[in-house]
Amino acid sequence: MTVAFLYALSGVALFVVAFHALVNRRHLLHKIMSLNVLGSGVFLVIGALARRAPTADPDPVPLALVITGIVVAVAATALGIVIMLRLQAATGRPELPPADRN
Amino acid sequence: MPQPGAALLVVAVLLPVSAAAACFLAPRLARGIAVAVALGLASVVVLLAVELVAHGPLEYRVGGWGAPLGIDLRADGLTLFMLLAAALTGLPITVYGLAYFPASAAAGGFWPLWMLLWGALNALFLSGDAFNLYVTLELMGLSAVVLVALAGSVDALGGAMRYLLMTLTASLIYLLGVGLLYHQTGVLDLNLLGAALQGGAADALQGGAAALGPAWVALGLMCAALLVKSALFPLHFWLPPAHSSAPVPVSAALSGLVVKATVYLLLRLWLDVMPPGKEDLGTALGVLGAAAIVWGSVQALRQSELKLLVAYSTVAQLGYLFLPFAVEAAHAGVAWRGAAYFVLCHALAKTAMFMTVGNLQKLGGSARLGELRHVARQFPVSLAAFGIAGITIIGLPPSGGFLAKWLLLQASIGAGQWWLAVVVLAGGLLSAAYVFRVVGLAFVEDGSESAPARRSSAAEWITLAVALGTLALGFTAPPMLRVLEVGSPFGEPFGGALLWEPGGAP
Repeated sequence: MTVAFLYALSGVALFVVAFHALVNRRHLLHKIMSLNVLGSGVFLVIGALARRAPTADPDPVPLALVITGIVVAVAATALGIVIMLRLQAATGRPELPPADRN
Repeated sequence: MPQPGAALLVVAVLLPVSAAAACFLAPRLARGIAVAVALGLASVVVLLAVELVAHGPLEYRVGGWGAPLGIDLRADGLTLFMLLAAALTGLPITVYGLAYFPASAAAGGFWPLWMLLWGALNALFLSGDAFNLYVTLELMGLSAVVLVALAGSVDALGGAMRYLLMTLTASLIYLLGVGLLYHQTGVLDLNLLGAALQGGAADALQGGAAALGPAWVALGLMCAALLVKSALFPLHFWLPPAHSSAPVPVSAALSGLVVKATVYLLLRLWLDVMPPGKEDLGTALGVLGAAAIVWGSVQALRQSELKLLVAYSTVAQLGYLFLPFAVEAAHAGVAWRGAAYFVLCHALAKTAMFMTVGNLQKLGGSARLGELRHVARQFPVSLAAFGIAGITIIGLPPSGGFLAKWLLLQASIGAGQWWLAVVVLAGGLLSAAYVFRVVGLAFVEDGSESAPARRSSAAEWITLAVALGTLALGFTAPPMLRVLEVGSPFGEPFGGALLWEPGGAP
């Protein structure tokens, strides 16, 4: 088992834990943070795969994917928090309103 | 060496994106800029069509790098159809937005985001690179989320939040798929990916199918992500709240264009990248599409709010776009041509329907079906538009929707897959039920004093014009389907004669 494989495996574990939290937590900040952890899991897998052989230099293209992904995650987190604050101001609770209000 | 017309591909992306920045910096000029850009993009599409017919598919290498390292923009007939759908719906949405949003600065948020969304859509249609497509997906998703939230109500904020969580999770899963695929093949360009995987399929025949296993895992992740974003039943849970709570021009853009962009991407992966051995996946997608048609239509029938009815109708109609995946390979080309035409017709019809809802809400104060019966007679133009758009949704002649569904029927009967034909017809009947539920209101005498007649507003006439556009598409099909053949995106050339071409089928 190589180090890269270990990294990739922990990436998958992070992904699974975060997905569980994303679905089950009610607090929107928890959901937004779970998305960030989920993203980190994906980035860890892609980053770990960048080194194709134990001695070779890592391939820069996957790292470029990860950096772009991080930039998107930062912007999306900011957007998510703004919407959460608006929801809290409107309903008093940082949670999703019930889906079917009719 | 760049092709002479290839600069048009760059303009189609650069124009709306720079307009977004301009609208943001100069909010006073935003309305004028948006209208100018909408007209500009419509003319770009016309020029591009002329160029494609004259010279065949176009390619532009961004920065002069070229694949595999650089990013290519490409356009063939299918790309052009998507750009055309964006321009045909984008132009009326922009003009309707002028009437819908007041000219005050507070309502100015729509314009830069709408331009950005349009730019992201065009970029998505033109990209030929799996990773660049991820970037455009994110651009499209984030601007769409903010557009939904613009309405500001609790429903809209909740809908936007659900949309955001959904779109980000799906994008990350897509990115994971892209990363794994790159690890497998060492390329990101769709054509090169296809060559690598389809070459790999030849090797796999000798070395056992297991050689392609990891690639299928990656493609499966990408597909799953795109299915969530395309709201294919049963992954449609996020669509009705988001589409029904957004401002009306936004709902039209989301239902007409945004959900179809991800179906388009799925189709590109299906046609250009996936190695042979995908028949089971195709059948599964077709079955889900059939389920979406039935489930979405039944839900649409049960709604008491007109906007939710239209949103569930989108869930149902999206199902038609997934039926061709299940059609046997020899006949799939005809089905895909039908689906491509359906994208165009449905985009216009759904835009007209959401605009009708907007007119009723703005001028009549409500769009609940129960209350509608008291005001329906005051909105003859809007309800006529809804009915005309309904002709395409149901698939009756002489609308474009009829032609699209006819091609789907022709393909499924030609392939001997009768269950698909039954689904297409049953879906038409079900949509007739919910369209007539609305149109019928116009003919109900509710016993109260008849409300005073009123002049129809400009917004209502725009709605009617869009609805008439869906009828026009029923007559413009032969030349348009010929443009679709440029670069033969569906493989073999179109064999069957068109219905009302000279010498066509009955």
